[in-house]
Amino acid sequence: MKKTVIAATVLLASASSSQSADLTLCWAAWDPANALVELSKDFEAESGHNMSFEFVPWPNFADRMLNELNSGGKLCDLMIGDSQWIGGSAEAGHYVKLNDFFDQQGITMDDFIPATVTGYAEWPKGTPNYWALPAFGDVVGWTYRKDWFEMPENQAAFKAEYGRDLDVPTTLAELKDIATFFQGREIDGKTVYGAAIYTERGSEGITMGVTNALYNFGFEYENPNQPYDLDGFVNSAGAVAGLEYYKELYDCCTPPGSSDWYMSESIDAFKSGLVALQMNFAFIWPGVHADPNVGGDRSGYFPNPAGPGGHFAQLGGQGISVVSYSENQDAALEYIQWFAQPEIQKKWWSLGGYSALRAVVEDPSFATSQPYAQTFLDSMAIVKDFWAEPAYASLLLSMQDRVHKFVIAGQGSAQEALDGLVKDWVEVFEDEGKL
Amino acid sequence: MTSVSAMEPGRGQKWLAAILVAAYALLTLLPLIWILSTGFKSPADSIAYPPKLIFEPTLEGYVNLFTTQTRQTEEYLASHPPGNWYERLVHDKGMVIAGPSRFGERFLNSVIIGFGSTFLSVFLGTLAAYAFSRYRVPLKDDLLFFILSTRMMPPIAVAIPIFLMFRAVGLSDTHAGMILLYTAVNLSLAVWLLKGFIDEIPLEYEEAALIDGYTRLQAFIKVVLPQATTGIASTAIFCLIFAWNEYAFAVLLTSGSAQTAPPFIPTIIGVGGQDWPAVAAGATLFLVPVMVFTILLRRHLLRGITFGAVRK
Amino acid sequence: MSKTKIVDAAAYATPLPLRHRIRGLSDRTIAWIFVAPTLILLLAINIFPLIWTIRLSFTNYRANRPNADVKFIGLRNYERILTDSDIWQTMQATAHFLCWTLFLQVVIGFALAWLINRKFKGNDLWTTIIVLPMMLSPAVVGNFWTFLYQPQIGLFNYLISFLTGVDPSSFTMIGEVRLAPWAIVIVDTWMWTPFVMLICLAGLRSIPDYIYEAAECDRASKWRQFWTITVPMVLPFLMLAVLFRGIENFKMFDLVTLLTGGGPGSTTELTSINLKREAFEKWRTGYASAYAVILFVTIFGLASIYVKALNRVKDR
Repeated sequence: MKKTVIAATVLLASASSSQSADLTLCWAAWDPANALVELSKDFEAESGHNMSFEFVPWPNFADRMLNELNSGGKLCDLMIGDSQWIGGSAEAGHYVKLNDFFDQQGITMDDFIPATVTGYAEWPKGTPNYWALPAFGDVVGWTYRKDWFEMPENQAAFKAEYGRDLDVPTTLAELKDIATFFQGREIDGKTVYGAAIYTERGSEGITMGVTNALYNFGFEYENPNQPYDLDGFVNSAGAVAGLEYYKELYDCCTPPGSSDWYMSESIDAFKSGLVALQMNFAFIWPGVHADPNVGGDRSGYFPNPAGPGGHFAQLGGQGISVVSYSENQDAALEYIQWFAQPEIQKKWWSLGGYSALRAVVEDPSFATSQPYAQTFLDSMAIVKDFWAEPAYASLLLSMQDRVHKFVIAGQGSAQEALDGLVKDWVEVFEDEGKL
Repeated sequence: MTSVSAMEPGRGQKWLAAILVAAYALLTLLPLIWILSTGFKSPADSIAYPPKLIFEPTLEGYVNLFTTQTRQTEEYLASHPPGNWYERLVHDKGMVIAGPSRFGERFLNSVIIGFGSTFLSVFLGTLAAYAFSRYRVPLKDDLLFFILSTRMMPPIAVAIPIFLMFRAVGLSDTHAGMILLYTAVNLSLAVWLLKGFIDEIPLEYEEAALIDGYTRLQAFIKVVLPQATTGIASTAIFCLIFAWNEYAFAVLLTSGSAQTAPPFIPTIIGVGGQDWPAVAAGATLFLVPVMVFTILLRRHLLRGITFGAVRK
Repeated sequence: MSKTKIVDAAAYATPLPLRHRIRGLSDRTIAWIFVAPTLILLLAINIFPLIWTIRLSFTNYRANRPNADVKFIGLRNYERILTDSDIWQTMQATAHFLCWTLFLQVVIGFALAWLINRKFKGNDLWTTIIVLPMMLSPAVVGNFWTFLYQPQIGLFNYLISFLTGVDPSSFTMIGEVRLAPWAIVIVDTWMWTPFVMLICLAGLRSIPDYIYEAAECDRASKWRQFWTITVPMVLPFLMLAVLFRGIENFKMFDLVTLLTGGGPGSTTELTSINLKREAFEKWRTGYASAYAVILFVTIFGLASIYVKALNRVKDR
């Protein structure tokens, strides 16, 4: 039955492109994806196209989807690919360039949050060449147990120990104090721990975590005046201190067994009442807020605290692109056109999707629409992203390896880890012909 | 076996051996029992500390395995009462079933690719094995060794050019591509095993048939094949088990339409984190057929796993 | 036998001259017709790719850059691999895994076979149970063992704490540098000891009783009989088991990648996992091809030396 329907639609589609098509959208398997399924029902009703979805869990997402793109697969018509893929996918021709389409449809990138345009749509960075439409704004921030913070006995004990009130931390040093304070503490007859932080090795986890410390202690990807000049920036004294900070945080204040954690493990730990603080991307906040155990007033949100070297937060999030191997490119573009409309973007936000459209986030009612909305805005103002070079995967894997070896396995020193990273990255850029 | 000899161990020795072996067997079985039982636990019970040995069984894991679910508002839930037992199970968590999950498709892919490649490798393998067993094929030993050596390459190493080849001819993520690949990998096993089985069939039968006026082909089909049925059947099961369990090629060469269950099961997640009861349910459904085959095959097991090098 | 009927029917439906031609095929032709499809398939899917890999190994080709120039860079990939200290580290991890799994599986497998050979009642049933793990999907098993290895909630830590009194949340098998290499050894041993056991059992059963009886007449002690009869007679079988396990574990990918993903750090990054990262995550196809060639030569070389030794033991 279903097969005949599909066969019929394929026939129709080939007869005339304006007929209904079967579109497959590929993304990571997470809460926002479920919201997008819900949102897309409107599109199906409006356009007559049929949407199906291929969602892959984060630890396998990049691996599998890049493999799909590199093998020229036709599985995905629309791809909500990670921000760092943009360089490679643009240069290898996996994505359709969208400039002409935007011009035709009157879509302008000025309408979107600048950081998301740079992060999710542009390649080369800083030039008006667009390969995606910013689809989901995301940034690393922190979630904390407000109810635990407010307990009088915790307040008193903290004050006695640290000489200040137990409150949302404004610096990374304060954050570590709080995590240390909660580590091993008995709350409601249960032993709890300080913080859940990213430590995953296989994909991108520990890098997405450690950068929040590195940036704020003075790490830089390259010499601001001379591209690809790494030595002294990647491994500066500040960067070393930042890496050491992250290791100290891991050693002092994380739950046992958290040696390979990324988004979902951290959510689990937080929702089951194991930790006081949780580092995670903003996408989880709607889910935390709705949670029967830790939701509502029991949890609060704050942006990544500042460090001695600056105030940044790791950018996440994705743009939506049309895959150049797709046979339904027209219908896929139709979807993007539909998705870019302000009223759809507004609904997207109400369903738990972080819209990157300025009309939505700059609306005066936005900041108070959800308890985490202001934190989201504050965090989006301080974002910094990983390399988006075509060789990003090599750069990322080296960083995963070097950092995990030092922070989790405790091998070598922070200086050695970052010196090694410089060596690896120089080699990658030499291979690329950039050096 | 033989009658009681001087070598027959004493009663006490036998008891001690039996106890030690049984203890090891039970220890070995423990993880498998754990998989089986976790499939019937609720997600909360599955991650309880200390681990729960006695629990209230539920089919939640199986329902989660076969469906995708979305969280809904109270009003929506109230206006859509559950229609049957599994909808109720989901409903009680404040969710509704949005549709079937991908598990069914992936499982079906495993069946199609597994049986397809098994059929092909046994078919081709039987022909080749017969020729190697009965005829003087030039360079026979070298060819046989060549066939075996193809099994020594790490699958990842083989996958690099296969990936490029499949991409060039459009076989990536297709059933046909995976069937061809698994057939090629299984052929070495099939040829070696079947040659052993056919070698054991006495030549006299065929000679008698030839004297009766059968041609070679007829003798092969009417005399040799029926004699080799057991061998062919057990070879087929070994090929099937390999294709069924294979992971490395599947994860690198398939992504959606032809993906089999092994790369899929580890990616089953629930609402945040791995949904262990669902993973266990998937693992159980996936492992049970192999366990049944293993029990059926136990007499030919040794031969299968050593490429026919050891025949009990 | 419906197949036979179909062939018959087909034969009779075929016009006479053709029929004669089919039936009258010479032995030589039949042999080649029978062997050809197998050889063609193996050439297409094994040998041709192998040659391609060797060719790619001299280039800087990257499969994710179809538009980039491919340059012939001679032996540079090989040079880089052989001088890379990280690769030697993965080789060490592989050697640790290989040696310990082989050692444990040989010892436990042989002991089990020896016990089972005491021919007690019900030994068939227990043997079948012990054999089960090795037939299962390594990927699914590896994934599930990460659950068994969880601190606190996992069965493994719970058992260890039950037996030794250690706090079950005080150690993480797959998260600690000193434990992770053993975590993968334990799972592989659980899975594959039955393989060695089965082969040893076949070896033990192949020893005729009269040899022991003769030794008994010579008043050789049981201990002496064990070392002078049992061990030498089983040795060729045992060596065969080690050969198979050795090749398999040198190639090891699925079980370990799902269990630890190579971590923590690179403590359990076996060569196949490392190769996968280079080839399918970093997409350094040329470099990875050189790596693959080196691995193949290593396996093939070690295996042929070993097979020579095995044959010598057999002939003795």
